[in-house]
Amino acid sequence: MVFEKLKKIIAEQLEVEEDEIKMESSFQDDLDADSLDVVELIMAIEDEFDLEIPDEEAEKIKTVKDAVEYIQNNMK
Amino acid sequence: MKRRVVITGIGVVSPIGIGMEEFWNAIKEGKNGVDYITRFDTEGYSTKIAAEVKGFKPEDYMDKKEAKRMDRFTQFAVAASRLAVEDSQLNLDLINKNRFGVVIGSGVGGLSTLEEQHEKLLKKGPKRISPFFIPMMISNMAAGQIAILLGAKGPNETVVSACASSTNAIGDSFKIIQRGDADIIVTGGAEAAITPLALAGFSSMKALSTNNDNPKIASRPFDKNRDGFVMGEGSAILILEELNHALNRGAKIYGEIVGYGMTCDAYHITAPAENGEGAARAMKSALDDAGIEPNMIDYINAHGTSTPYNDKFETAAIKEVFKDYAYKLKVSSTKSMTGHLLGAAGGLEGAVCALTVYHDFIPPTINYNTKDEECDLDYVPNKGIEQKVIYAMSNSLGFGGHNASIIIKKYV
Repeated sequence: MVFEKLKKIIAEQLEVEEDEIKMESSFQDDLDADSLDVVELIMAIEDEFDLEIPDEEAEKIKTVKDAVEYIQNNMK
Repeated sequence: MKRRVVITGIGVVSPIGIGMEEFWNAIKEGKNGVDYITRFDTEGYSTKIAAEVKGFKPEDYMDKKEAKRMDRFTQFAVAASRLAVEDSQLNLDLINKNRFGVVIGSGVGGLSTLEEQHEKLLKKGPKRISPFFIPMMISNMAAGQIAILLGAKGPNETVVSACASSTNAIGDSFKIIQRGDADIIVTGGAEAAITPLALAGFSSMKALSTNNDNPKIASRPFDKNRDGFVMGEGSAILILEELNHALNRGAKIYGEIVGYGMTCDAYHITAPAENGEGAARAMKSALDDAGIEPNMIDYINAHGTSTPYNDKFETAAIKEVFKDYAYKLKVSSTKSMTGHLLGAAGGLEGAVCALTVYHDFIPPTINYNTKDEECDLDYVPNKGIEQKVIYAMSNSLGFGGHNASIIIKKYV
């Protein structure tokens, strides 16, 4: 459920097809994001899931799986 | 002997057409680009009209994701650059990228980005400001993005001198190639300032036409009833190339840039100096640079904004430089059709001058109906003229007292 919702956000933010997005995809290595793209993606995730992700946690989110796990563990 | 600089490509994104051919046909027809503003609600604004670029799809010219990371002015610039490079038939794989530059003029840069992000700051706080805010907003990013797109690793800069910006950009590029620091420069201007804040700001200055009932006749340079300028937007890009570089690859040559002059009024932040004395010195300086006599100029594409002051003082300046011959030369303002593209105006009007000497066609000043005794030159009213043009001059005058003139010569 989180993954499906996240896929939509990632697809929109990074202009990639949803079926390109796998759990193991790395934002920068596989989905052609640069460091600024990732910052903006994290903001979109915060908005969509009503979260506040501290910078030191955000820096650890490098793959779709990292994001899914963070969201699942921190959803209000 | 000085290195010679020619124009080998033209790309246009304008309120009266996208692409050089569509634009030039519109200019010849006297097409009018002014209408009601559609990009935002103008309720409460004293001016409700502008010359917007219509039917522009950034994804036709660049990757969708890249387009999202660009302000509208940069999207215009990148699109126009692509069109200009295509038109020039430059093979980017065969040129020395270290001698390939980009010089772009923009008056205000990414104003719509600034406005959106500021609204976000007020509504949602500092943590919601996009990491792309700064790189999208800064005025130099059009030049930066064009360089990335084309791999242009030579001289690169952005000129900000209000409405003179892109004539300065073309003139500076001319000098950079002439002195030997580059062989090809992508130059011109880009502007996308039809935004709520800019419209309100120019309105407060009483600079804009408020002819909301008749948008089609609102931009009427040199007409006695003119009441201010009409904002336009877009980008026009020229490919400038060292003559032998162009000849060696068999390039089409629109014209040669032969003179550039720039001065400052040092007088007032927005009002032109009495009798356009600064503008007159810029024109003289361009003539001196070209080494030609005033009576060799056939056509002036005037700054001609349609404000009471500009048109009156620019006319006085032309008379000061050209004396009696002023009444013999043709002067027109294509802003009557395109609106005022601010920092991109000089790029667009440089393109008009290049096409004028290439096609021997002098564009009209449309909406010209009532003669003003203070503006008494031949403004090519309402209908263009087929006439041989050897030398064309383009003037751009900006807030801050910036004055720039370039001279383009027919290449034979």
